[in-house]
Amino acid sequence: MTNFRMNRRSVLAGAAATAFTARSMAQAQQPINIKIGVLNDRSGLYADLTGEGSAIAARMAVEDFGAAAKGLNVQIVSADHQNKPDVGANIARQWYDTDAVDAIADVPTSSVALAINQITREKNKIFLNSGAATSDLTGSQCSPNTVHWTYDTYMLSQGTGGAMVKAGGDTWFFLTADYAFGHALERDTTAVVQRAGGRVIGGVRTPFPGTDFSSFLLQAQASRAKVIGLANAGGDTVNSIKQAAEFGITAGGQKLAGLLVFVNDVHALGLQTAQGLVLTETFYWDLNDSTRAWSRRFAPQRAGNMPSMVQAGVYGATLHYLKAVAATKTKDAAQVMAWMKANETDDPLFGKGTIRADGRKLHPAYLFEVKKPSESKGPWDYYKQLATIPAAEAFRPLNAGACPLVRA
Amino acid sequence: MADVTIAAPASAPAETGSADHSALHRTLFIALAALLVVLPFIPVIGYPFFLMKVLCFALFACAFNLMLGYGGLLSFGHAAYFGFASYVAAYTAKHWGLTPEVSILLGTASGAALGLAFGSLAIRRQGIYFAMITLALAQMVYFFSLQAPRFTGGEDGIQAVPRNNLFGVLPLGNDTTTYYLVAVVFLAGVLLIYRIIHSPFGQVLKAIRDNEARAISLGYRVNQYKLAVFVLSASLAGLAGATKAIAVQLASLTDVHWSMSGEVVLMTLVGGMGTVFGPIVGAAVIISMQNFLAGLGAWVTVVQGVIFVICVLVFREGIVGVIGKWLKKPL
Amino acid sequence: MFELIGIPPQALFGQLLLGLINGSFYAILSLGLAVIFGLLNIINFTHGAQYMMGAFIAWMLLNWVGIGYWPSLLLAPIVAGISGVIIERLFLQRLYHLDHLYGLLLTFGLALIIQGLFRNYFGSSGLPYQIPAELRGGQNLGFMFLPNYRGWVVVASLVVCLATWFVIEKTRLGAYLRAATENPTLTQAFGINVPLLITLTYGFGVGLAAFAGVLAAPVYSVNPNMGADLIIVVFAVVVIGGMGSILGAIVTGFGLGIIEGLTKVFYPEASATVIFIIMAIVLLVKPAGLFGRTA
Repeated sequence: MTNFRMNRRSVLAGAAATAFTARSMAQAQQPINIKIGVLNDRSGLYADLTGEGSAIAARMAVEDFGAAAKGLNVQIVSADHQNKPDVGANIARQWYDTDAVDAIADVPTSSVALAINQITREKNKIFLNSGAATSDLTGSQCSPNTVHWTYDTYMLSQGTGGAMVKAGGDTWFFLTADYAFGHALERDTTAVVQRAGGRVIGGVRTPFPGTDFSSFLLQAQASRAKVIGLANAGGDTVNSIKQAAEFGITAGGQKLAGLLVFVNDVHALGLQTAQGLVLTETFYWDLNDSTRAWSRRFAPQRAGNMPSMVQAGVYGATLHYLKAVAATKTKDAAQVMAWMKANETDDPLFGKGTIRADGRKLHPAYLFEVKKPSESKGPWDYYKQLATIPAAEAFRPLNAGACPLVRA
Repeated sequence: MADVTIAAPASAPAETGSADHSALHRTLFIALAALLVVLPFIPVIGYPFFLMKVLCFALFACAFNLMLGYGGLLSFGHAAYFGFASYVAAYTAKHWGLTPEVSILLGTASGAALGLAFGSLAIRRQGIYFAMITLALAQMVYFFSLQAPRFTGGEDGIQAVPRNNLFGVLPLGNDTTTYYLVAVVFLAGVLLIYRIIHSPFGQVLKAIRDNEARAISLGYRVNQYKLAVFVLSASLAGLAGATKAIAVQLASLTDVHWSMSGEVVLMTLVGGMGTVFGPIVGAAVIISMQNFLAGLGAWVTVVQGVIFVICVLVFREGIVGVIGKWLKKPL
Repeated sequence: MFELIGIPPQALFGQLLLGLINGSFYAILSLGLAVIFGLLNIINFTHGAQYMMGAFIAWMLLNWVGIGYWPSLLLAPIVAGISGVIIERLFLQRLYHLDHLYGLLLTFGLALIIQGLFRNYFGSSGLPYQIPAELRGGQNLGFMFLPNYRGWVVVASLVVCLATWFVIEKTRLGAYLRAATENPTLTQAFGINVPLLITLTYGFGVGLAAFAGVLAAPVYSVNPNMGADLIIVVFAVVVIGGMGSILGAIVTGFGLGIIEGLTKVFYPEASATVIFIIMAIVLLVKPAGLFGRTA
C-alpha cells in the first residue's frame, strides 16, 4: 500500500547510516527507526512555498542534528494532499495504519490540517504543523498530539492590522474571500484594528476562488478607506494585488494590507507590482547571519529559490522533534510531546523559543514592507523590516483560545 | 425523431429476464456477497478503509447507471446528490448525534428532494441540453456548499464525523465493523436497482430510452417516467454519499465538485453502461487506480482522460459489456 | 432614482462597464461553442482547456520565442486552431454516426488530458504575463478609472463577434455553412466539401476560444485551471441563450456579464450563482432558451 513517493536517497542514506552506527558504536542499544511524513501541496497553489522544499528542509534537519550518530535512523517520506481534506486524510490514515509513519510534518491548507490533527490524535502519533493558518489548531480544536509551529491567523492580523493603524491607516475596507479562512482573518483583523483605534468602514465578500476582483476593488476605491485589507490567500491575493495596480488604486494613495502574503507570492508578483505592500512573517531568509547561512545551503537545492517561512518551520519542528526522541529514547507520543513542551526550542532560523501547553510554538514575528524596485540590491532582496513583534504579543494569549487542554 | 438514445450496445440481446439469465444473475450476486465477506481478510487490498471507499463509489456509479444505462439520460451533475447527502448525513450525525441509520436515511431523503427539484427542471430539455443543465444546477449546489459554512463547514468540510452506535446499540468502533455495514448497504442498494430494472417500470424506461417518440405514441407519460428515474437515481446516489460520510468520517467539497460528476461517468463507462455489474467493476478500477497511482500527482488526471477517450472511441461497451457480449449473456 | 437603492449612479456606471468586460469573455466563448454546435452538433467540453491553451501559447511565444502580445493575438488562435483541426480529424470524426453525447464525453476526456499535461509541466500557481506597453495606464472617465487594456478587451471582442456574425450570416462561405447545418447530404451533393467545412469550423471555434485566452492572459494570471470553472458558466450562458442564433450567443454573453456585474454590487455573495439562477428561471419560462428554436 505504499504508493507515495519515497525519497530513495534518504532510504539508502538511512540504511547506510544504520550500518555505520552498528559498527562504530559498540553499544548494545538498537537504533530507533523514525519515519516522518512530509504531507503538503506538491502540485498546486502552495507547491512553491511548501512542496518539495519542505521535504528538503526536513532532511536538512536530520542531517544537522546528526541523527545517525545519535542512534536515530530517520527516514523522510513525502506525499501530495492536493489541498483536499479527503485526500490528505486518506494518506495520513494509510501512513499511520500500514506504513509505520511516526510523525506528519508541514500540512498547509487549514482544512487538511484540521483533518490530520484529528486523525493524528485518534492514532496517538505526532503532528508537526507548519503550513496551516488556522488558529483553531491551538484553539477550540487543540490536541495533545499537535505542535503548531510557524504562524496563524491571529498572529497575521495582530502584526499587519496593528501596524497599519499605528502608521495612520485608521479606516479599513476588507476584500474577504468568502470562506471560513477569509472570514476568520477578517474577524481577527477587525478586532485588532478597532482595539488600536481604527475603524472598519466597509467590506465585500468575494467568491472563492476568484479571478476578477476589479468590481470589488472599485467598491473599495469608492469607500475612500485608507487601507484595503486583503483577507484572502494564494491566487486570490496575487490577482487582487495585480488588479489593484492596474486600476491605479495604490497610485491613488490607498494602501494594501496583505494579511497572508508569503515571500514566494512577492517573487511571483515582482517588486514593480508588489512594492509598498505591508505584511507579517515569522521568518525571512535575510533576517540575520544564521538565517542567511542556512538559506544559502537551502537555495541551491530548490533551483535558487529562497526558503519560505513554512519551510523554515518544518526544519525547526523536525529538529526539535528529533531532539525529543533522542533524549527520551522512545517514540511514545505522550513522552515525546512532554519533552518538547518542557524544553526550550533552539534553532538557527527562529532562535530560542518555547512550546505552550496548547501546542502553540512561540517566537517573534516581523513586520515587513516590500521594497521598491530601486531599493532592491539583487534577486530575492524583497523586504525591509519595519518592526519586531515580541513572541508574547504576536500570538494569542493562552487563555483566550478556548483550548480544552488549557482549562484541564 | 427523439435523439436521446444513448443505447448501451450490451443491451442488444433480449433481456426480458428469461429464466437462465436471472439464474446466472442470482449466482453472481451470491458470489458478490461471498466476496464482500472475505475481502477484508485479503492482504494489500483488504485495507477496510480503502474497501469502504470502493463500495460507496460503486453504489454511486450503479445509481448513476440506472439513469444513463437504463433511462438514457446523461446527467453531468450527479455529484450534487452524492455530496449534498454526505453533508446532511455528516451534519446530523455530528451536530444532532443521530444514529448512523437515521443519518443515512436523512441523507438519502435529501438526495431525493434535490433530485425532484433539479429533475423537474432538467427533463424539460433533452440530450446535450439535459447534460448541461444538470451540470449547471449541480454547480449551484457546489457554490451553496462553499458559502454555507454553518452547515457544510465551508472548505474545511465536516470533519470528525462520529460513528455513533448503529440503532443506538451496536458500536461501530473499528473500521472492519463499519466495513460490513457499508457492504450491507451497498448490496441492498444494488439489489434494489436490479429489481427496478427488471420491473415493468424498468421495461418502460428502456422503451423510452430506445425510442421516446414511440413510447409517447403508446400512451406513456414519458416525462413522469423520466422524473421518477431521476429521483430514484438521485436518492441512491444520496444513499451512497451518506454512507460514505459515515464510513470515512468526512464530508467535503470534493464530493460536490463537478469533477466528481465526471468521475462517476467515467466509472460507468469503463465498467460498461447499461449492465448490472459494470459500474461496480468500473468503480473498483478507477478508485484503485487513484489510490495506487496517487504518487503520480497530476498524471492521474491525464491517465483518466486517456481512459475516457479510449472508452468513447473503441471501448464503448466497457469491461463487463465486453465480457457479456463474449458470453452472449447480459450481465 | 438610483440613490433609492443606496448605490450612487457613478459607481453603477463603473460596475456596468466592468460587467461588459466580463461579458466579452462570455460572448466570445459562447460564440465559439455555438459555431461548433451548429455544424458538429457537439458540445465542446474542451473549450475551457482551449481557452487556457490560448493564454499559455501566448506566454510560451513571449518567453521562449520572444514574440510579443500583438502577434500572439493572431498566432495563438492559429496554433490552437490547428490543434483543434487535428483533434477533429483524429477523434471527433469517428463519432458523428453515434449519439451526440459521446462527443460531449470525448471532449471531456480531452479536457482532462490537456489540463493535466499543463499542470504537470507548468504547475498550477500561475504565470505572469505583462500588459503590452501600448495599453498600460488608463483613462479617468469621471465616474471611474478605466484601464486602457480593459477598454481594449471590449472593443476587440465586439469586433471579433460582429465579424463572425457577418461572415456566417452575410457571406457566401457562411451560406455554405448554414446549408451544411440544415442538410449536410444535400449540401455535399451540390459539390461542397462538407467534411472539410466541418473540420475548419471546429478549428475556427477553437481559435475563438484561444483568442479569448490571449485577451485574458494579461488581466488574469496564466493558469492551467483558468478555463475549467469558466466553461461551466459559459455552458449556463449557452443554455440561457439557446443555440438558435449566432447573434443570440453574443447578446446573451454580454447581457449576462452585465447582470453578473450588477450582482457584485447589490449582493456580492450571489455573484457566482446568479447566472445559474437565471438559467433555472429561463428553463421554467422558455425551455428552448431566449433565442433558441424549439427543435
